[in-house]
Amino acid sequence: MKRRLFLKSAMAGSAVATAVGAGLLTPSSVFAASAKFKGLSNSAVSNASGAGAGSFKFKAPKIAENGAVVPMEVNASKMSNVSNISVLVHQNSTPLAASFNLTGAVGFVSTRVKMGKSSQVDALVTAGGSTTKVSKEVKVTIGGCGG
Amino acid sequence: MAKIKLKPKARKGVISIKALIKHPMETGLRKKKGKLVPANHIEHMVVMHNGNKVVDADIGSSVSKDPYFKFKVAGAKGDSITLKYKDNLGKTGSKTAKSK
Repeated sequence: MKRRLFLKSAMAGSAVATAVGAGLLTPSSVFAASAKFKGLSNSAVSNASGAGAGSFKFKAPKIAENGAVVPMEVNASKMSNVSNISVLVHQNSTPLAASFNLTGAVGFVSTRVKMGKSSQVDALVTAGGSTTKVSKEVKVTIGGCGG
Repeated sequence: MAKIKLKPKARKGVISIKALIKHPMETGLRKKKGKLVPANHIEHMVVMHNGNKVVDADIGSSVSKDPYFKFKVAGAKGDSITLKYKDNLGKTGSKTAKSK
């Protein structure tokens, strides 16, 4: 009888494990960014693939020594009617780092983002209804020598 | 609980707003002693200039810990700047400062 009970509980336990394995209960979907932000992120990624080259300045380090703090600066102050500035880190689990909707502010945003590993980073600027981007490669060196 | 540093500075008709929010910004993906640290990050932030909304930002978990932001708004000395944020746990914070 006890043996049967043990088998039963073992079966139940493995069912949970397979659910996790199949991606039904991945930690990222449970804990990470909300669904709304995920949607924003996905639309930003699709916007980025279709965007033309921008004529604004995007400052990001070529090599970031510490992936936890990577300074970024988007300077589109010469463009008029800037309505949105977004920063995308392609290798992160949620690529969109932040999206700033500007109403009346100068097209300038500076912030710091986290990066899990070396990645392409895109800055998207929407001005007057059209979106343009500038891409940079940022290398993250963890533990010393630049890889 | 959360502390916000807000320093607007006016120069040549443009206010540079520097903001530093003290916040853990946990992604919910990091592990500590084998256990996932629950997500705790800022989701939404608004910057107001004399009561008008100028920046409305959706912030993801991949913004660094204790996030730092810099914006520029046309304005003059003495204008009031307000920053408000809300995190995924529903906590809010706000701070108002007069431009220097």
